[in-house]
Amino acid sequence: MSPLYTLARLAPLLACTLVLGGCGLVVLGPSGDVAVQQGRLVVQATLLMLLIIVPVIVLTILFAWRYRQSNRSARYEPDWDHSIQLELVIWAAPLLIIIALGALTWISTHTLDPYRALRRVDAQRPVERDTRPLVVQAIALDWKWLFIYPEQGIAVVNELAAPVDRPISFKITSHSVMNSLYVPALAGMIYAMPGMETSLHAVINKAGVYQGFSANYSGAGFSDMHFKFHGLDNAGFDRWVESAKGAGGALNRAAYLELRQPSERDPVRRFKSVAPDLWEAIVNRCVEAGAKCLHQQMADDARRQWIAARPEQAVVAGGGVCTVDDPLGTGLGRALARD
Amino acid sequence: MTNAGPELNHPIFGRLTLEAIPYHEPILLATFAGTVLGGLAIVAAISRFRLWGPLWRDWVTSIDHKRIGVMYIVLGLVMLLRGFADAIMMRAQQAVAFGDQAGFLPPHHYDQIFTAHGVIMIFFVAMPLVTGFMNYVVPLQIGARDVAFPFLNNFSFWMTTTGAVLVMASLFVGEFARTGWLAYPPLSGIISSPDVGVDYYIWSLQIAGVGTLLSGVNLIATIVKMRAPGMGLMKMPIFTWTSLCTNILIVAAFPVLTAVLALLSLDRYVGTNFFTNDGGGNPMMYVNFIWIWGHPEVYILVLPVFGIFSEVVSTFCGKRLFGYASMVYATVVITLLSYLVWLHHFFTMGSGASVNSFFGITTMIISIPTGAKIFNWLFTMYRGRIRFELPMMWTVAFMITFVIGGMTGVLLAVPPADFVLHNSLFLIAHFHNVIIGGVLFGLLAGITYWFPKAFGYKLDPFWGKCSFWFWVIGFYFAFMPLYVLGLMGVTRRLSHFEDPSLQIWFQLAAFGAVLIALGIASLLIQFFVSFVRRDQLRDLTGDPWGGRTLEWSTSSPPPPYNFAFTPLVHELDAWYDMKKRGHERPVEGFIPIHMPKNTAAGFVLAMISAVMGFALIWHMWIIAGASFALLIVAAIVHTFNYQRDYHIPADEVVRTEAKRTQLLTAGSAGHV
Repeated sequence: MSPLYTLARLAPLLACTLVLGGCGLVVLGPSGDVAVQQGRLVVQATLLMLLIIVPVIVLTILFAWRYRQSNRSARYEPDWDHSIQLELVIWAAPLLIIIALGALTWISTHTLDPYRALRRVDAQRPVERDTRPLVVQAIALDWKWLFIYPEQGIAVVNELAAPVDRPISFKITSHSVMNSLYVPALAGMIYAMPGMETSLHAVINKAGVYQGFSANYSGAGFSDMHFKFHGLDNAGFDRWVESAKGAGGALNRAAYLELRQPSERDPVRRFKSVAPDLWEAIVNRCVEAGAKCLHQQMADDARRQWIAARPEQAVVAGGGVCTVDDPLGTGLGRALARD
Repeated sequence: MTNAGPELNHPIFGRLTLEAIPYHEPILLATFAGTVLGGLAIVAAISRFRLWGPLWRDWVTSIDHKRIGVMYIVLGLVMLLRGFADAIMMRAQQAVAFGDQAGFLPPHHYDQIFTAHGVIMIFFVAMPLVTGFMNYVVPLQIGARDVAFPFLNNFSFWMTTTGAVLVMASLFVGEFARTGWLAYPPLSGIISSPDVGVDYYIWSLQIAGVGTLLSGVNLIATIVKMRAPGMGLMKMPIFTWTSLCTNILIVAAFPVLTAVLALLSLDRYVGTNFFTNDGGGNPMMYVNFIWIWGHPEVYILVLPVFGIFSEVVSTFCGKRLFGYASMVYATVVITLLSYLVWLHHFFTMGSGASVNSFFGITTMIISIPTGAKIFNWLFTMYRGRIRFELPMMWTVAFMITFVIGGMTGVLLAVPPADFVLHNSLFLIAHFHNVIIGGVLFGLLAGITYWFPKAFGYKLDPFWGKCSFWFWVIGFYFAFMPLYVLGLMGVTRRLSHFEDPSLQIWFQLAAFGAVLIALGIASLLIQFFVSFVRRDQLRDLTGDPWGGRTLEWSTSSPPPPYNFAFTPLVHELDAWYDMKKRGHERPVEGFIPIHMPKNTAAGFVLAMISAVMGFALIWHMWIIAGASFALLIVAAIVHTFNYQRDYHIPADEVVRTEAKRTQLLTAGSAGHV
């Protein structure tokens, strides 16, 4: 490639960095409300810090030039090393910026908490009261993504879709190693970890096809662990669901065990039905027949310890799984709470 | 399923077979051939010039802190070449691997390269360079004759070198980890990484970690106990202050790394479940532990370099450092705060909003003392008389570059902003911006600044300036495109891309890497040219820059005993103060000087450790057990060595000092 050609290709790229988000800076010009707010925060925080960074850079250059050795007209005070006023300023100026930025951080971290259900569809529209978010269960496998749509009863490998303006609630986990679910146009990333369920709430505001991928290195097939995210209108989303229902096989435990074998550059695969307890089994690492589920194991351990401490109450401990309402897994807790 | 207990391998060779030699990889084969030829050339040269004896007596077994400091720096520079070779291969791969082009590095190789690059640059480039400076300069700055535990110092150096040797061995025997430089489980666990790569990682860091920790203990004891009379804490040079804080960080942080790697090796070797997916393990715990070490580590690297800049700025502006006290407090505050920020490395793991905000805000608070430091340097320049020698040029480049890196760092400390930038090339650009623009520029400034002290002649300024401009411009070309790519949503550690519109940015970054390669080449040429021209570049005064601290009061290179008489300190900038008061160098009344004696024990212990590490990596249980037993025996035998010290006779001191008097007279006559 000739250098001139390189330069010609470079010019528009340099121009676009000035028009943020205009061409490919997806982080600063995304299409989903959460990412829009995160991108705006990036710009705001940067501008706030430039208030102090720019003067420092300018002063550095200025002082370096003005007090160069050959400039004999500049004042030289070899023993001047202290000034209370100046020291107050140099500690106070960064402090003020950090107070402002700290406030911005506290507020934005809470409003943009990925675990918190969305309050707004975009800057103008709040989420209506009876809206149910679209639930998507995302599973990172070696090296592909499996998305389960429990409401629709379908599952898709390496393709994600959602209707425009409908809040999406992701539940995220992984089979073997850590990954990170990231669709830059939609919302920031959250780790996918084995034996863990993480959450992410987001909404897409513009129809289109966007890039999604794993943003945490996970081994040999990592580079190709990407997928397309389709923002569709309601009719388009229904058609997309239908195409899965028409096309694929059933995702039962056996099919999942086969699917999770390591593979790279997998094509999109659709499943017309999903075993209802598959997600629970994946998160709790008990898809294989006979494997003990993590939550069951933890409940058993807790119960054993509890009984060991209070042998006289052993009779209360049941065989269920412990929950917040029912820390002993008696099976009664939830019923009592309902009454 | 998770268990990987000691399997039945060959009784002697463990799992090492001929298969482990990567003779089918042309890149490695060529590297191996080059290494062997280079090694043979060095061996031949040493034999030809009959240097084996001096090498053994004056360097390998030396317990002189100055020689050990120089050896640390040589180790760092040699490993810089390896780490940079990895870097340029990554840049080349990412510049070409688009669409149908797979590039020249398959994932199996590429993934080892980025892991090795990170491990080498942090543990075996930055750490030895920083430790080398602290070793060389601190005892001279505080008017001491050596460090508190000279033998331990030699042992520490050889343990660090052993770690580096094991990493290098992984290139030709077996493979290195394919996990990223912090080896997060479950990826680094036995199921996902059954090969020797992670074991090389673990044992090289464990062995080098012994060296780092002991050298931390040593330097703390040195600074606390061995300062010249009159040098109160608030009269210590800033570099010594930052070294003290750094070593406190080392002593507090490195045991965490040792412990977490020990737990990981238990998981891998005996089938425990600390960080596994099953059996009650929790990989998130590893991520927390490793960053409880990892974040202070960042300050371990940068604090001494802040010290270097402070010395350089004050010397070349011909002016007292502005705000000495606030500089000290800023250093101490950074030391303490560096333990309260580790979670910002994984906001995206799903902690609650309040936890994330807490760690985000503590991170931002660190930028306040850091900002104060920048202002202190700035106001040292104010009303100074700045000589733009090379160290000062590095300092100005640092001040401009580092604040940009600091800004993007604070940006990444805002959790919702981190959610969109975490693990992206923006992050890569950020930490290279602070590590190259901060740590590396400072180390290069330090090399130029203290080289005449160590060798008695200055470095050639022409090639130094070439190196400076190639490095600085190369840095901006190599890493500014990565900021842009990060904002385009491109993540790190990818070996192949689909979107052709990204390619131009990677090509720009590769161009930057080529410029940096020229910068490194210029640096090497600079060493060579300076050696050739050493007579023209000679400094006879021992104080070529108009220095302010005690290291400039002695000859260049300093005698083995550093100072014939321990200096008395009355003021900050002790040497400047002595010069101002018309200090007269004592020329008589010399007495015998008590000095520690060279010993081969450190080298021997480290070599046994190398064998043990290699045996553990390859599951050679018999050799591992035998070398461990030998290690204990050798250590005990060393305790029976009672010939640890000697006296430099007074007449030898008289001769050395008389020679210096002669040189000083010749020098001042030459100037007239």
